[in-house]
Amino acid sequence: MNIIEVKNLKKSYHDGGETSTVALAGVTFDVRKGEFVAIMGPSGSGKSTLLHLLGLLDEPTSGSYHLNGRNVTGFSGNELALLRNREIGFIFQSFNLLSRTSVLENVKLPLYYSDVPEREWEARARQAVEDVGLGHRMHHGQAELSGGERQRVAIARALVTDPEIIFADEPTGNLDSKSGKKVMSIIQHLNEERGKTIVLITHETSTAEHAERIIRLIDGEIDSDTQVVNRLTANDEFVK
Amino acid sequence: MTWKHTFKTSLTGLSTNRSRSILTILGIVIGITAIMLVVSLGAGAQALILGQVQGLGTNTIAIIPGREPTGPSDVTSLFSDSLKAKDLVALSNKANVPDLKSIMPTVIGAGTASYGSNTYQTTIFGATELEGEIFDLHPRGEFYTQDDVLSQNSVVVLGSKVADHLFDGEDGLGQKVKIKGRNFRVIGILPATGGGSLLNFDDMVLVPYTAAQDYILGTKYFSRIIIQTVTDAQVPATAQDIALTLRESHNITDPTKDDFTVQTQQDLANRLSMITGTLTYFLAAMASIALFVGGVGIMNIMLVAVTERTREIGLRKALGARDRDILSQFLLEAVLLTVIGGIVGIILGSGLAFVISVGLSQGLGVNWQFIFPWNGAFLGFTVSALIGLVFGGYPARQASKKSPIEALRYE
Repeated sequence: MNIIEVKNLKKSYHDGGETSTVALAGVTFDVRKGEFVAIMGPSGSGKSTLLHLLGLLDEPTSGSYHLNGRNVTGFSGNELALLRNREIGFIFQSFNLLSRTSVLENVKLPLYYSDVPEREWEARARQAVEDVGLGHRMHHGQAELSGGERQRVAIARALVTDPEIIFADEPTGNLDSKSGKKVMSIIQHLNEERGKTIVLITHETSTAEHAERIIRLIDGEIDSDTQVVNRLTANDEFVK
Repeated sequence: MTWKHTFKTSLTGLSTNRSRSILTILGIVIGITAIMLVVSLGAGAQALILGQVQGLGTNTIAIIPGREPTGPSDVTSLFSDSLKAKDLVALSNKANVPDLKSIMPTVIGAGTASYGSNTYQTTIFGATELEGEIFDLHPRGEFYTQDDVLSQNSVVVLGSKVADHLFDGEDGLGQKVKIKGRNFRVIGILPATGGGSLLNFDDMVLVPYTAAQDYILGTKYFSRIIIQTVTDAQVPATAQDIALTLRESHNITDPTKDDFTVQTQQDLANRLSMITGTLTYFLAAMASIALFVGGVGIMNIMLVAVTERTREIGLRKALGARDRDILSQFLLEAVLLTVIGGIVGIILGSGLAFVISVGLSQGLGVNWQFIFPWNGAFLGFTVSALIGLVFGGYPARQASKKSPIEALRYE
């Protein structure tokens, strides 16, 4: 069963005047439920734009997008917010944690906007923090954490509402190789053990090879769509 | 998001920028403080004035010669001679004014009092023996009696300041002072009042009106006739009776041509409280300009905050916040700012008003009371919350309309 079905998705930006920049020239692909897909491509290839569209952060110029069987193009702002909260988890390159806010509070943030009863928040957030191995950092502030730890907090935050899909935008881009390896190992674990669908953007082949499948974009179009033959396992040595 | 968590989020937002938040609310604090100060002091002034007016007794009616002044340039009443001895007789008649308890004619004029080589420019106040009771005067020595009035005796009660100037600290009681070339025996000296009252007795000399008319002022008419009724409730009807009696005595048929004015203490109190009230509201309106400026300051800072926190807004939206959640978060931040400013202003304003009222009481020796302006506090609180809503509305809307991706991309 396909969790993502994208048909001829286009996105162009208007810079005020007549000219418009085409970021995505029309892409078509599907992602199965439980699949781990890496999207690669040089900068300007449209991979970030694609991830933003898939993550419902932006709206396409044309084309259709079915998420979990629903055509979400034309959904209202509130409906999109609900989907982002319930079915999607985000991991950003620059972590995007709230400053002066503890690990636990950062992880709780998506629950504020959810319909999860408040009495479950504490337990859920604690569990998510434990899952990424930061149980001992529960009440620390962002400034006291290393880059890798910050990204693991972000992963916990993405997990706390138990979404089906996790979108990761260059999750190892700001990390050293050791931290990056740990983060990728957690993401792969989420895919293999907990069945989460993962769509990840990277320009590092070593990161992409944790995935089952690699979609390469060039100039806003799909250049290749291949299965990974020698897939890295969660425990394989990570070489940057 | 529930209100509880919106509240928590907004508080966190404010406390992360504590010093800026404090500076931001300064405008509101100053505005509300000014309003509280004006309203509180206005109420104090009003209470003081009314207290003095009513100090004469709310059962007191004054008859003033001439019709009611129609404007500041209408000074005819000052020179009117319409109140004469025959009016006194007519008014004293129980058939004309049944509820009359006491009646006192008065004359007022300027004059010079001298003792030895000391002279003093003073106000001559001529009245009857009832004056002591009506104005609550308790001289050292004694007040002149009904006998003194009827016999036109040359006796005088001195105001404290007059006595000080004439006698240089000596005891003047029993001495003779010269007024208009005639010797008056000092039978009483008034204690100092401090000058806070409407009538400043410190600067006056009090003599029987009969003596004042004949020996000093050389007039046959009265400056004012003061009448007291037994109860307050009789005042309106008695004022009517007085007007009818005087019209008859003066042969006036058309009430608009009255050559006298009947003034009750209640009338005077109402008029004075209207004046102080108007003045208070006028000053409060001036002070609210500061509030407006404060509101613009809030809007400015909130717009800066919204731009600064674009990433945070984007993140919240990416995690599932709806436009409405972001709107209420920033709106509540603005309202919290202004309401905190309002509360600080209410405390500061009433505190200052308290200090000033104590200062006025001690410094001027008047009975100035501190009045906590509940209406001002309520108004200040409501207005500050409204300012938050109005001036926080636009920035909050700007925040809520940010696209999550624009917001996340913002560096």
